Amino acid sequence: MAREYLLGNAAIARGILEAGASVVTSYPGTPASEIVETLAPLAEKYDLHVEWSVNEKAALEVAIGASWTGTRAAAVMKHVGLNVAADPFMTLAYTGVRGGLVVITSDDPFCHSSQNEQDSRRYAQFACIPCLDPADPQEARDMTIYAFELSEELELPVLLRPTTRVSHARADVDVGEIKKTRAKSEFLKNPVRWVALPAHARPRHSVLLEKQDEIKASLEKSPWNRLVLRGELGVIASGISGLYAEEAVKQLDADISILRIGTFPPPDSLCSEFIRHVSKVMVIEELEPVLEEYVERAAREHNPDLDILGKRTGHIPREGELDSRIARNAIANMADLPLVESPSLREAVEILPRRPPALCPGCGHRAAYYAMREAFGKDAIFPSDIGCYTLAVDMGTIDTCLCMGASITLASGIRFSGEERDICCSIGDSTFLHTGLPGLLNAAYNRARITIAILDNSTTAMTGHQPHPGTGVTASGDKTKAVSLASLAKALGADFVEIVDPYDLYATIETFKRARDYQGLSVVIAKQVCVINERRAGIRRKPFMVNENCTGCRECIEFGCPAIEFEEDRARINSLCTGCGVCAQICPSEAIEVVK
Amino acid sequence: MKTKTSECDIVVVGVGGQGVILISSIIGKAALKAGLPIRSAETHGMAQRGGSVINHLRIGCVFGPMVPAGGADILLALEPAEALRYAHYLSKDGVALVNTNPVLPSTVTTGQSRYPSLEEILAPLQRICRDVKTVDATKLAVKAGNPQTMNVVMLGVLSKYIPLREEMLIESLIESVPAKFIEVNRRAFELGKSEMKAQT
Ligand code: SF4
Ligand code: SF4
Repeated sequence: MAREYLLGNAAIARGILEAGASVVTSYPGTPASEIVETLAPLAEKYDLHVEWSVNEKAALEVAIGASWTGTRAAAVMKHVGLNVAADPFMTLAYTGVRGGLVVITSDDPFCHSSQNEQDSRRYAQFACIPCLDPADPQEARDMTIYAFELSEELELPVLLRPTTRVSHARADVDVGEIKKTRAKSEFLKNPVRWVALPAHARPRHSVLLEKQDEIKASLEKSPWNRLVLRGELGVIASGISGLYAEEAVKQLDADISILRIGTFPPPDSLCSEFIRHVSKVMVIEELEPVLEEYVERAAREHNPDLDILGKRTGHIPREGELDSRIARNAIANMADLPLVESPSLREAVEILPRRPPALCPGCGHRAAYYAMREAFGKDAIFPSDIGCYTLAVDMGTIDTCLCMGASITLASGIRFSGEERDICCSIGDSTFLHTGLPGLLNAAYNRARITIAILDNSTTAMTGHQPHPGTGVTASGDKTKAVSLASLAKALGADFVEIVDPYDLYATIETFKRARDYQGLSVVIAKQVCVINERRAGIRRKPFMVNENCTGCRECIEFGCPAIEFEEDRARINSLCTGCGVCAQICPSEAIEVVK
Repeated sequence: MKTKTSECDIVVVGVGGQGVILISSIIGKAALKAGLPIRSAETHGMAQRGGSVINHLRIGCVFGPMVPAGGADILLALEPAEALRYAHYLSKDGVALVNTNPVLPSTVTTGQSRYPSLEEILAPLQRICRDVKTVDATKLAVKAGNPQTMNVVMLGVLSKYIPLREEMLIESLIESVPAKFIEVNRRAFELGKSEMKAQT
């Protein structure tokens, strides 16, 4: 045993290694990305196959294939990634697994970096498989190892569901030995299991339903649910909320019973003991009332008079994330103890400027959007997608953002509705390869007259610059085939495909104009390496400066590069300038030039 | 009165790219060396693109990783506006340590909003907590030899306020930066530390 200071996601990666998994797959997504980022550099050392898959469905299916040969595998994704992988996920519960298979989805209460805050525990309920809800990095590591064992014992996939505050928490974590011996892999033919024909699926569904008691019995024996009986007021809390509740009870120094839940389904015997002991209970959990619904059902049997407080009674919010103060006030409220006020500062609201995240100085996306707007005009329709470029929402060229890959298909639907204005949608290179490909094929096949801008910065930037099939590099840094986005677009049915450098602003505007006027499906690939990767590669361009020709017309300010400031009637370029030179092309007075 | 559930609660705030995560992780590793339990919460993802960033650190704590609002013993701010944005985390007995060098947000550079003066930022801070210390850490970082070490200057400023021995902080600093930057970072740390000595 050693103790390390680990990020929750690194603790999960450690658990995967210690459990001796051989195949780990993922598509990057905050807050899950660091799990595979931790493992990728270790792949060779521990004889692992670690991959960035093109999307979460591919990731899960690759992991399933590995599991069916008897080796341990993990598929890692953010919560919304499980929507993409839902198709294999649901039927996998019928076929079951051989080698332990753990599906890891990191949920994001409060949408810190996501488009929704769905609760993955519902997915586990839906698929009738066990779900583990870790409270902190230590539990995340421990539960990961347990999840592989449980998966093999039940022959079912297990869902591990950390949240942002577990994945991105750091703590001292006790770690163990890393297994070097891996299971021998062999695919054993067994059509009744692995071929989900109706005739096979029906009995497998019965098998899954019969297994539900076995799942409960196993979880019941696990160490992840902890009961402390004290007074007849009680708190039942799941995952990280259990820690918030424990801290709150300690601060209040109150005689309150606590049941902390780490498994779904929750343990019947502990829960019934608790429910019979208390007269009033506060149910604390983030997002959906999964535990609360369970307590309501169990109380009908064990303590019909139990007073249940939680989301239904408005004591605990169903949206956003919780913290120890919310837990403390909810418990104080139940126990008739004084509440703590939420401190707020008038000035912080009144005088502070907002600081939204923004595209970097010199980001090629900003130039591409500027050119797009010049060519199409503000009145055109601009469906967009998920990536760094969504940060350009203030430029007026982002009218929609729904889910990965939806820009092209939404654009098609808007066209087919009879909308006659010009439509130019935008999608990043990684997102295009993730789920944009079928959208483009669909648009070509069904003859959508739209323009698709592929904003190609040759990386998956927002989640931390992971490689993808267009980059020619694998997760573990090996060389591989680099697919060409232009050839793909042509093969999928686009006749107009042009590549431009967005730093060449006027050429880009002209290309967008031609694409706009093209009578059919047109694709413009705006290709410029992400400035962060360029800096890491040691490429430096000469910065720009404003000379005395500046008239203060603010054209360059409108462009929105964070390196351009406005000071006493004139523009000024600060030290953040990366030398892309786009503002110099925008300035109508030749007032921006390279620093000599 | 509340029962203490953490020995020292710190929030480290700033702008994405200023190195908030690095100094949080140096403090955390130092706590590990000292054998103290440590919990921290980091900002990753979207906000790192120049947005407003907060990290929580709880030394000697075994509960959740986030410092409750009104509970921070120390607010370490790498940027003045961000100090005010997260000032509600400070406890009445808390101390604010503020780098006075602003980073202008796009809402200000494009002229939509105004950046408040240092006096406007500090007055409410002084009202709500025990003490506010200001340092031009960016200037000291330049003096140390690299403006990028501003975060480490602030670590030096912080060093006398936390229940961790200085050697442990320095040891963990040395482990956390590339070998060729160790000297400049040590200078930055020293400058921050002596600036605090001079002020008291
Ligand atoms: S566009 Fe040129 S003239 Fe106008 S404010 Fe900027 S630098 Fe000055
Ligand atoms: S050249 Fe202009 S647009 Fe490009 S990074 Fe510098 S200031 Fe920004």
